[in-house]
Amino acid sequence: MASTMGSRRATGTDGDAGTGRTKPHGDPRQPVTDVVSVKDVTFAYGETPAVSDVTLSIEEGDFLGLIGPNGSGKTTLLHLMLGLLAPDSGRVELFGEPVDEFTDGERIGYVSQKATSGGGGMPVTVRESVTMGRFAHAGHSRLDEDDRAAVSEAMETVGISGLADRRIGRLSGGQRQRAYIARALASEADLLALDEPTVGVDAESRDAFYALLDSLNESGITIVLIEHDIGVVTDRADRIACINTELFHHGDVDSFVESDALAEAYGATGQVVHHDH
Amino acid sequence: MAGLRRRIERLGIAATAALSALMVGFVLCYWLQDYPPLGAAYEQYRIAGQWLDYYLGTNVFRHPYMWQSIATGVLIGVVGPLVGTFLVHRQMALIGETLAHTAFAGVAVGFLAAGTLGWNGSPLLAALVVGILGALGVQWLAERTDAYGDVPIAIMLTGSFAVGTLIVSYGRGQTGISIEDYLFGNLAVVTPSGARLMTALSVAVVAGVALTYKQLLFITFDEQAARVARLNVSAYNTLLVVMTAVVVVGAMQVLGVILVAGMLVVPVAAASQLAGGFRETITLSVLAGQAAIAGGFALSIAAGLPSGGSIVVVAIGIYLAAIALSSRSVARLSTH
Repeated sequence: MASTMGSRRATGTDGDAGTGRTKPHGDPRQPVTDVVSVKDVTFAYGETPAVSDVTLSIEEGDFLGLIGPNGSGKTTLLHLMLGLLAPDSGRVELFGEPVDEFTDGERIGYVSQKATSGGGGMPVTVRESVTMGRFAHAGHSRLDEDDRAAVSEAMETVGISGLADRRIGRLSGGQRQRAYIARALASEADLLALDEPTVGVDAESRDAFYALLDSLNESGITIVLIEHDIGVVTDRADRIACINTELFHHGDVDSFVESDALAEAYGATGQVVHHDH
Repeated sequence: MAGLRRRIERLGIAATAALSALMVGFVLCYWLQDYPPLGAAYEQYRIAGQWLDYYLGTNVFRHPYMWQSIATGVLIGVVGPLVGTFLVHRQMALIGETLAHTAFAGVAVGFLAAGTLGWNGSPLLAALVVGILGALGVQWLAERTDAYGDVPIAIMLTGSFAVGTLIVSYGRGQTGISIEDYLFGNLAVVTPSGARLMTALSVAVVAGVALTYKQLLFITFDEQAARVARLNVSAYNTLLVVMTAVVVVGAMQVLGVILVAGMLVVPVAAASQLAGGFRETITLSVLAGQAAIAGGFALSIAAGLPSGGSIVVVAIGIYLAAIALSSRSVARLSTH
């Protein structure tokens, strides 16, 4: 098991991490699998619509940036994609299966907003938290050598092997982020879903973190990232979905930059965050 | 240093396991003493008890009923902190308290049934049934309201206690038994059937946690990620709450309804001050639990005090010592 993970990661890592825009979905001869497919999805909290009639798909190897103003339904849309919420209408598929029938939990690595900001008091070591990535594989049976090897390799990949026995709540924001990513890698996830992963992380660690995401994406992992910093998204992602309840734009970065989607989605309030990098 | 610490912890767990096995053995031997080999083993327990009394200068271990209490106490010291570790770190500490009050209503139902219908089962059995129903009720409420929020828990806690007091008051004429023992805990209240129940429940809970440790840990640490990994979160939550009810009913005999949550929470709080990881937290919680039970029993027997209060006071002493030992601030646990 560990060896397949290693070989997958080994392919394509020699590409330029910063500009990796060459993705398999550009090739018309390759049969393209939708990792996530959202069709006409609507969801409301009571009477308040959060996501309205959104259709989009994420293809294998995509690095999709999901952006929109505060309260625009980004997190809700991500939760719908992952099956944490059921849509009021419309259809969501994960790896070609209806989301409520999807059972291969280990194929998705998810880092929630809460996980990144909190996690303070619970005494859990970094190794224990990364090992959780193997739980979906192991079920009720004991973890074996392969599992342990996958955990060690994942910690190695994100550079936190030295922190294995530290309590995760005592790490810096950037280190904790890496631990969560390692959990996803340990589970050999094909899809990495991240909800504002760098809130409270210093600028330097953040750049290193996004470089890590780039290289993981290069190695074939599909990424969907919610990020309030639009500069990061246009720099790092290769596709952008811009929503404010409705979908305002879904396409590659260039077409997004040229479109008016940003202004339309953010409206007159113009609360656009854009840091220079 | 870390290696030594781990070795001491392992030794402590081995000792606890041996002690628990000894206690389970006693309960079984007492139960089945009419079968010759077990009867002989039971005699050995009695002789060992007399020697213990002789060496310690006490008048405790020669009495079989004390062994029932001690056995129950030792098992409480294992399963209470074991289940409590998950509860505390899910911020469900008061679930235990709530289910104890629900179980109290069950005890009242049991007494009433005994007094009016001539039902001759143990009131603990009634408490177990009502406690588990209460646990399922809490879970049902939690899934439909603000997950394990204060308000549904408070409603459940006071509601079931209110029903309990009404039943007790209604049944006062018909039942002769003092409800006070169940409120504050009493070593003498532990019957052989109560100890047997605790033994069976403890084996079930330890097996349940061993089998679902990974899932319970994942859900405790990051429930959303566990959901995404397609763990059946609702089923495991239900299991945890039901196991809590089971532990609470077993522990109620010694600790009393009002203090039973102490054994789920205080040793865990102490362990969380010192532990480096989750497995270590469980280990230290169980060891702290054992220490609290041993100290509490000693205090209770020596000074003739109620067992529940003695155990919880000793547990809190251990908690304070743990704070003093750790360089960490108390705030850490509460800001989690």
